[in-house]
Amino acid sequence: MDKGKAVMGTGRRWAVEFSDQSTVPSSRDILDPPGFSRASQEQDDSANSRQKKDAEANWKLQKAWEVAQSPFKTLMMMGFMMWMAGNTVHLFSIGITFSALWQPISALQSVGKIFEPFKDNKVELLMPKLVFLALNLGGLALGVWKLNTLGLLPTHASDWVSSLPPPQEVEHSGGGFVFH
Amino acid sequence: MAIRVFLLLPVFLSSAIVSFSLYEDQAGLADWHQRYIGKVKHAVFHTQKTGRKRVIVSTEENVVASLDLRHGEIFWRHVLGTKDAIDGVGIALGKYVITLSSEGSTLRAWNLPDGQMVWETALHSAHHSKSLLSVPINLKVDKDYPITVFGGGYLHAVSALDGEVLWEKDFTAEGFEVQRVLQPLGSTVIYVLGFVNLSEAVVYQIDSKSGEVLAQKSMAFPGGFSGEISSVSSDKVVVLDSTKSILVTIGFLDGDISFQKTPISDLVEDSGNAEILSPLLSNMLAVKVNKRTVFVKVGGEGKLEVVDSLSDETAMSDSLAVADDQEAFASVHHEGSKIHLMVKLVNELDNVLLRETIEMDQHRGRVHKVFMNNYIRTDRSNGFRALIVMEDHSLLLLQQGAIVWSREEGLASVTDVTTAELPVEKDGVSVAKVEHTLFEWLKGHVLKLKGSLLLASPEDVVAIQELRVKSSGKNKLTRDHNGFRKLILALTRGGKLFALHTGDGRIVWSMLLKSQACERPNGISLYQWQVPHHHAMDKNPSVLVVGRCGSDSSAPGVLSFVDVYTGKEITSSDIGHSVVQVLPLPFTDSTEQRLHLIADTVGHVHLYPKTSEALSIFQREFQNIYWYTVEADDGIIRGHVMKSSCSGETADEYCFTTRELWTVVFPSESEKIISTLTRKSNEVVHTQAKVNTDQDLLYKYVSKNLLFVATVSPKGAGEIGSVTPEESSLVVYLIDTITGRILHRLSHQGCQGPVHAVFSENWVVYHYFNLRAHKYEVTVVEIYDQSRAENKNVWKLILGKHNLTAPITSYSRPEVFTKSQSYFFAQSVKTIAVTSTAKGITSKQLLIGTIGDQILALDKRFVDPRRTLNPSQAEKEEGIIPLTDSLPIIPQSYVTHSHRVEGLRGIVTAPSKLESTTHVFAYGVDLFYTRLAPSKTYDSLTDDFSYALLLITIVVLVAAIYITWALSEKKELSEKWR
Repeated sequence: MDKGKAVMGTGRRWAVEFSDQSTVPSSRDILDPPGFSRASQEQDDSANSRQKKDAEANWKLQKAWEVAQSPFKTLMMMGFMMWMAGNTVHLFSIGITFSALWQPISALQSVGKIFEPFKDNKVELLMPKLVFLALNLGGLALGVWKLNTLGLLPTHASDWVSSLPPPQEVEHSGGGFVFH
Repeated sequence: MAIRVFLLLPVFLSSAIVSFSLYEDQAGLADWHQRYIGKVKHAVFHTQKTGRKRVIVSTEENVVASLDLRHGEIFWRHVLGTKDAIDGVGIALGKYVITLSSEGSTLRAWNLPDGQMVWETALHSAHHSKSLLSVPINLKVDKDYPITVFGGGYLHAVSALDGEVLWEKDFTAEGFEVQRVLQPLGSTVIYVLGFVNLSEAVVYQIDSKSGEVLAQKSMAFPGGFSGEISSVSSDKVVVLDSTKSILVTIGFLDGDISFQKTPISDLVEDSGNAEILSPLLSNMLAVKVNKRTVFVKVGGEGKLEVVDSLSDETAMSDSLAVADDQEAFASVHHEGSKIHLMVKLVNELDNVLLRETIEMDQHRGRVHKVFMNNYIRTDRSNGFRALIVMEDHSLLLLQQGAIVWSREEGLASVTDVTTAELPVEKDGVSVAKVEHTLFEWLKGHVLKLKGSLLLASPEDVVAIQELRVKSSGKNKLTRDHNGFRKLILALTRGGKLFALHTGDGRIVWSMLLKSQACERPNGISLYQWQVPHHHAMDKNPSVLVVGRCGSDSSAPGVLSFVDVYTGKEITSSDIGHSVVQVLPLPFTDSTEQRLHLIADTVGHVHLYPKTSEALSIFQREFQNIYWYTVEADDGIIRGHVMKSSCSGETADEYCFTTRELWTVVFPSESEKIISTLTRKSNEVVHTQAKVNTDQDLLYKYVSKNLLFVATVSPKGAGEIGSVTPEESSLVVYLIDTITGRILHRLSHQGCQGPVHAVFSENWVVYHYFNLRAHKYEVTVVEIYDQSRAENKNVWKLILGKHNLTAPITSYSRPEVFTKSQSYFFAQSVKTIAVTSTAKGITSKQLLIGTIGDQILALDKRFVDPRRTLNPSQAEKEEGIIPLTDSLPIIPQSYVTHSHRVEGLRGIVTAPSKLESTTHVFAYGVDLFYTRLAPSKTYDSLTDDFSYALLLITIVVLVAAIYITWALSEKKELSEKWR
């Protein structure tokens, strides 16, 4: 279906515009009929739209909060999955852990994009963003913690010592039984 | 890196649990087994007209074997124990092989065609004496002539049918030594000739039916005898007197003893000391005088006359009846690179029946022994074949002027083994012959695929097997990527160096040790002399063979440097001093020649190679070089340090004096050293840390200067079971050989040797006998460094603020602690070794040479002091096995599978380039080689891997992608037109 749309979009030669653009004053090249006052309508409109805008801002804020809190659900889900996966290294647990790490990271990268639809002068998006960030960081921490419990983080002394070769010896000695 | 390993290891470990075994069709792919018999001592031919022609031989490796005379193959073979030396071989009744062994105390009969033992008789033995076997040649099969055996001071008559002792006669009188037991053909009287205190000849006449003494005569000889004796006929022997200058003919016809003296100077001019040679010739004897072999004919009245003399390098056979009253013997002498075989009649030495000249490999040395056999040709004339034993112990059959077959029996007595690389494949070296064409390659893989999908017909299975044996060019003489192709260099007791190919065990080259100073030096040991891998790449690698002129420890040494690629001796030098120890040092010069110190009997050490560069390297490390000696007889271990150049005594600037630094004296009344062991100097250890389950860290005490010493109470040094548990105890020590400090001491009450041990990384595993439990035990001791234990701060380690890689000295007296555990082990052990890999990452397996001459691979995890009865979940995941009282013997883990390495004496392991894989070479009378992967081949695909399947899968996938792409294009087009 997508393909069909694209074809339509690019293959268009001519079009008839049926929509009325008369409300846009700059595009108006025909004078208003006599007795028609555009100002009163606009005033009325503006009062109406202010109300509308407030509602929309509220709605946006509400939505923004919803989006901000959405990682919490995935966090819980992840926690459950991790608990199911156990503490041994195998394909399933590694997959879970890496998705648990990847999801918050990708979310953090696109935090601006996610909150773009709610962008408004009147909407204070800082708090939702912060909550979103905190929850995703929490998810990341959970992933790292899981990685650690799997023993895949070099947090122990053994991880750093294992690659060290045994020390050289200063003295050299040889000998044994006399050849018979 | 470490993390990656941690990631991978559990995955592989989980798949590599215990099951180390191979499928039936995998046997012989990577392993080979060669059967030998050793240097032949006696040979008896059995060449009747009917049946297969064979020769029965007994050897210095205590083997009795029946060989096919046509091809030299072994029909059957029995390896007697190391203490069961064979004294004589004979064929009785035309169907039994009779062997006398263990100093005349064990008589056995083996069935001639198949080698089954028919009977065995233990003969009464009182003291050590000569042991003589005489099997009567009976012409009538049905009549049972008794076998007469002298051994341990008793004369026995044994029935050949069932081994029953018919009678025995005591000759254990003080000072009486029996020299010969003779029975004239067809006579019922046995003559027993002996000397009393080497000054009086005594002859007993014994009835062969009853064992009664019929007569006894004795006669004193004022000059005294030397003990060398040659019997020339049934009533005469010739001996040398005590001055070795007079030949005395002793006649004892009808019991009357008569002496007749003939000074050797009468026979040969300006003669020195004489020596009677062993061949038995009728009415004649061979005497070695002045480096010449002189044939002396013994006349009817004991009169001696010289009939011929030959050059020194002559070997002779016993005489053999060829016609009714004629006897012939064979002699072989060298001339340049040829040998001359002559068969002459004993009575007429001018009458040469056979004269053959055969080209002989110089590296076989001289002829040591000749055994002759005759056969009747189709034209009714006599033909002769000769079995000759060469100086390098090889066995050859000569017939009709050619070598019919040869056996490299020197390889039955390997003393030291090392490995060497093959040359790198060069552009000029053509490998095209081995590689197949693409079509053949594909065909082979399709066959393999059929095999793996169980679609193969029986013919296909045979073809697959052939293909696998042939495949991968495993027998090429060039280095391969995985390091599977190598040379095994084996030094034998006969002083010959063999290079065997790991692919199929063939001899690539062989070289006999030579010296200017002495005729034939004994080979002692083998060292890597030059292994170019960073510098001096144009040089071929070489090995150092240390030999000695004579068996005495003060005899002068011989060094020989051998090019590994060509097998040619580069140089050889008589070093002019004795060799008691060789110390390879961990330094190499600019041409990658390893520095070696050779200690002599006077306590000096000599530096090799004798170059100024080596000297400067040595002097830089002068203070840090130590050596120690173990004096097992006195129970003392001494440590020495270099003192100064011995320029005061000799002008040799490469000679250094030493100073005694420490001694460890074991109380002689309670402890006797029975075994010492150090780590292999070329072992690679990957890490110094041992990580426990809870990420707890232990630091291994990895030191090359550790000596494991096992002592037992002097009473318990004998056979197992010869003492009560209260009388015997076993003590093991770990001693630092720099300072003489005893790091660990462990005492096992009621235990006894022999101790077989293996030392690797930071652990020792040893095997001994527990007298209380009546079982063998294995104990593991792991040694850890306490003084480094506080290095546990992660941040310090991350930032590198630690001293874990700083060089350490033994004088810092590191605190150590040990962990140990003991287990029962159901088998008696001959030797233990451990696998070694290139980087030391792969887990280790113990290779236990069992009493049944097989090699058992046992995971190191079974001998781990951390094993407990109920390991926690985490410990189980880590691979810790629940503790059991005895170590399991899993039949599938015998690496020798169906083979037996008869007379197993040693196991050598060497790493391949592939980290997972190790070469294992076991030697005894037989040789066995295999490749092992203790944690399975995690770093390579197996030989069975079906490349064809992979290829087909890829092709199918690519095709599927193209087809679906084309289909979707088509569909899209039709969508658009709709």
